Amino acid sequence: MHPFALLRAHDATAAIAAHAQDPELAFIAGGTDLLGLIKDRATLPARLLDINGLPDMARIDARPEGGLSIGALARMSDVAVHPEVRKRFPVITEALLFSASGQLRNMASIGGNIMQRTRCAYFRDEDDLPCNKRRPGSGCAARHGLNRNHAIFGWSDVCVATNPSDLAVALAALDAHVIVRGASGERSIPFSEFHRLPGTTPATETVLKRGELIVAIEVPPSPEGRASHYLKLRDRQSYEFALVSAAAAVAVDGRRLRSVRLALGGVAPKPWRLTAAEAALSGVSLDDPGALARAIAASFGDARPLAHNAFKIELAQRVALRALQIAGERA
Amino acid sequence: MSETRRAELGEQRVAVALTVNGRACRLAVEPRTTLLDALREDLALTGTKKACDRGECGACTVHVEGRRILSCMTLAAMQEGKQITTIEGLEHDGQLHAVQAAFIEQDGFQCGFCTPGQIMSAVAVIEEAKAGWPSAATADLQRPISLANLSKAEIRERMSGNLCRCSCYPNIVAAVAEAATRS
Ligand SMILES: Cc1cc2nc3c(=O)[nH]c(=O)nc-3n(C[C@H](O)[C@H](O)[C@H](O)COP(=O)(O)OP(=O)(O)OC[C@H]3O[C@@H](n4cnc5c(N)ncnc54)[C@H](O)[C@@H]3O)c2cc1C
Ligand code: SF4
Ligand code: FES
Ligand code: FES
Repeated sequence: MHPFALLRAHDATAAIAAHAQDPELAFIAGGTDLLGLIKDRATLPARLLDINGLPDMARIDARPEGGLSIGALARMSDVAVHPEVRKRFPVITEALLFSASGQLRNMASIGGNIMQRTRCAYFRDEDDLPCNKRRPGSGCAARHGLNRNHAIFGWSDVCVATNPSDLAVALAALDAHVIVRGASGERSIPFSEFHRLPGTTPATETVLKRGELIVAIEVPPSPEGRASHYLKLRDRQSYEFALVSAAAAVAVDGRRLRSVRLALGGVAPKPWRLTAAEAALSGVSLDDPGALARAIAASFGDARPLAHNAFKIELAQRVALRALQIAGERA
Repeated sequence: MSETRRAELGEQRVAVALTVNGRACRLAVEPRTTLLDALREDLALTGTKKACDRGECGACTVHVEGRRILSCMTLAAMQEGKQITTIEGLEHDGQLHAVQAAFIEQDGFQCGFCTPGQIMSAVAVIEEAKAGWPSAATADLQRPISLANLSKAEIRERMSGNLCRCSCYPNIVAAVAEAATRS
């Protein structure tokens, strides 16, 4: 690893000020994404600020009205196994338990998880292959290279990588908010606005600004929370990123869907909410798979496959349907 | 910042106090030193193995404050004041830990390179099941989980963060199952 200095933060205000003033400083939480990027020389910060000592940022609060507040430093394992998270939002527990490995989940923080970089295998190559995310203007090796694992929604000619976070898919479906603190106070970012599409600047993946610290994730109460499911399809059964995944949450009247929340992972540079499908699904019977599938298709009109991933269009619709049916069984 | 300036900053060693296998240790490490390198290079505890150095294989698994983690993906200086247990810390007074004994009985290895990581992970898997933690293989998240629920499918899922290049998986699963019934 290239050399850097390591500082310890004890106070959020001072940590935010240090980050704002120093463009070569990076926060480190679990380190499981950042240290890999540093080892691959994809980022070379001069100073790391260890934020694990910041007070009150690892709490998981089950709010009386049915929502959750998850501190940015809470570990993936602790959130996954929390009894109220399991009960109120199984989709969050499942998204976490289907991520990474037991060791990584003990280390990785929730803030770090939603900040993990959107990238593809070409990005890791140190100097030979073009990658606009790593070296702006160098081109995209995946656009006309091997792109089976890449995006079918939201990509640009500049970058076609997918966002790897499973948790982010669940949080997008649940309309969570990212609570961020900066020099001028706190702001609350709706989850679907937190990640941005690559456009011509693929290296900027979120709307977080320098000098901003994620302090918590707020999950609002929702009638769909309990009947929810995360379905993840991968090339091996465990310890692997999603080929395609879906987060589904439903409320029903008898066997009819009253309201639906649906988002996909593994298909876009950010968690991909299926808003057209959600609207079309309302009123449809869980016992009519044909009608469910037709409603889901409402969100696939703008899917654009690359050379090797057209199969994802069909696969994603089937994964969404299955996730919806399993969520329906929990209603 | 220039490379020279960067190197000056990075090479300023930082003092770290750790308790490793019950022994208090004081180290002076470069900030970039991973916990794995500190254990192997500074403390000569070479039981913990370095394979991928990217969080992808589990060979470097150790316990920090009783929880399994990957020592290649954290910095030694971030573990100030922590209790670390490595494979060398499992046996007591010549008595192997139940998981170590089970790996021998069930022939849970060939080359042995992944074995320290497998064993450290397995010890934690048993503790996690005792604590009622579900996994991706758990059918009903709402039901309480105990050691009795540690089926082969559960063990495979919970141990998936430890790869074995010799592919001893069936015997590893058998060893963890045996140790779990003895625990
Ligand atoms: C082998 C492997 C397999 C994996 N598989 C999966 C998987 O299947 N699914 C999945 O979802 N993930 C997977 N991951 C990714 C893993 O979940 C992330 O690496 C982890 O969640 C990052 O959290 P961290 O605390 O370690 O972040 P760090 O590495 O500490 O930080 C990551 C980034 O977030 C920033 N950051 C951290 N905290 C804050 C904060 N509070 N405010 C602002 N910025 C912050 C850091 O500056 C850094 O840029 C895998 C990782 C590995 C190594
Ligand atoms: S898809 Fe994005 S990350 Fe992958 S090579 Fe292209 S620019 Fe780089
Ligand atoms: S050496 Fe740490 S996970 Fe492979
Ligand atoms: S025994 Fe050889 S790698 Fe597992």
